[in-house]
Amino acid sequence: MEALINRLEALLAENSIFTLQTLSYYGEGLSTTVQLVFISLLIGLVAAVPLAIGRGSKRRFIKWPIFAYTYVFRGTPLLIQLYLIYYGVVFVDGIQETWLWVLLKEPFVPALVAFTLNTAAYTTEIFHGAIKATPKGEIEAARAYGMSPALTLRRIVLPSAFRRALPAYGNEVIFMLHASAIASVVTIMDLTGAARFVYARFYAPFDAFLFVAAIYLCLTFAILYLFRYLEKKLLAHLQPMT
Amino acid sequence: MLDLHGYGPRLLEGAGVTITLALLALALAIVLGLITASAKMSRSWLAHRIATFYTTVIRGVPDLVLMMLLFFGGQIGVNVITDFLYYEFDIDIFININAFVAGVVTIGLIFGAYMGETFRGAFMAVDQGQVEAGKAYGMSDALVFRRIRFPLMMRHALPGLSNNWMVLLKTTALVSVIGLSDMVRVAAEASKATREPFVFMMTVAVIYLLIASVSEWIFARLQKRYNIGYGEAD
Repeated sequence: MEALINRLEALLAENSIFTLQTLSYYGEGLSTTVQLVFISLLIGLVAAVPLAIGRGSKRRFIKWPIFAYTYVFRGTPLLIQLYLIYYGVVFVDGIQETWLWVLLKEPFVPALVAFTLNTAAYTTEIFHGAIKATPKGEIEAARAYGMSPALTLRRIVLPSAFRRALPAYGNEVIFMLHASAIASVVTIMDLTGAARFVYARFYAPFDAFLFVAAIYLCLTFAILYLFRYLEKKLLAHLQPMT
Repeated sequence: MLDLHGYGPRLLEGAGVTITLALLALALAIVLGLITASAKMSRSWLAHRIATFYTTVIRGVPDLVLMMLLFFGGQIGVNVITDFLYYEFDIDIFININAFVAGVVTIGLIFGAYMGETFRGAFMAVDQGQVEAGKAYGMSDALVFRRIRFPLMMRHALPGLSNNWMVLLKTTALVSVIGLSDMVRVAAEASKATREPFVFMMTVAVIYLLIASVSEWIFARLQKRYNIGYGEAD
């Protein structure tokens, strides 16, 4: 490790912008971005499963509120949702006296809430579409075996729906990674925030933003290959025979 | 009732900026998309490579980063070129990259890449026999494109196009970050001044939903038009 840092230092000695100091900003930014994206995706994914099942329910009082939620969150820009939560939460009466305020006064938590609500809405629609695409015969077969609706859902519908949803969900993960750049607008030092800082400090837009663009590109490719691998594993039965 | 504290007219102006920006960016994206799609389908190795590079890079980088790169870096880049022209050839021009131009160009560039993919798929779905029939009638390549390939392609491209437009519309909110007075920025300023973020952000959200609903209706009409002769079998 020591040797590696020395090597890096020697490499950076000639460079006035990419010093160890600025690289550490980018490093911290990377960690913030990954945390934001990963946590919001995880919570969004967990929330989306019951929401997607409810979205396809026959009962109107379950179906319509979920539809309204996904319609509004998919139909408006994420930036608005972020502003609404980030600026709006301050004005909730009495919130500054409660313990919640400790969490909410940092921009990280409002951003996390906005991202989670947004990705949950998109993921709900993805899963809903995948559940709806379940072949009728499979469900009828399960019922013929005497499975209850809940058991049918757990054993037949959901496993195949998750697989069908995989490609679309991969896109959603990449979309979330790119959307997380918005966090820098509410003063979070994520990757884009670090780039903006470096740009402002050295007035070097190309260095600052091209470098961060390259990092995002690498992350995007990593996600792409991860999902391609998952698809190959989980959707093996759909691959064309060679 | 809804009290906008006198910000109503400015919000409407902002909505005008948003819609103008979105439409101009859409026009640019469609042109770029058609070029990219042709490049990807062309036999030229170089054109194919360039188009693939363009779509890969653009779709791998966040829109906000691209926008900042173009807005903050674009002016420096343009200045270098105009300086060069001035000192070498004595041509004195001044090009100012403002937030509006940067916004239109960036959003156009980004969605050009997405449109390229949409159009490529749609062009490949066009029945080759129809193109051959057009050529057999003695139509030039341009005429075949205008009369046969384009209208037939649009039928397949419209669902993707409509999707891209909806995402594009929401992406325009980002221009508020680089200082353009679109409706998001007006709403953010008004929220800070009046300390009523809910009122203004909700209003803007409703305007976005309205624009989206109107576009959905327009796209449904277009879909009907380009589907003439195909019936509603499915």
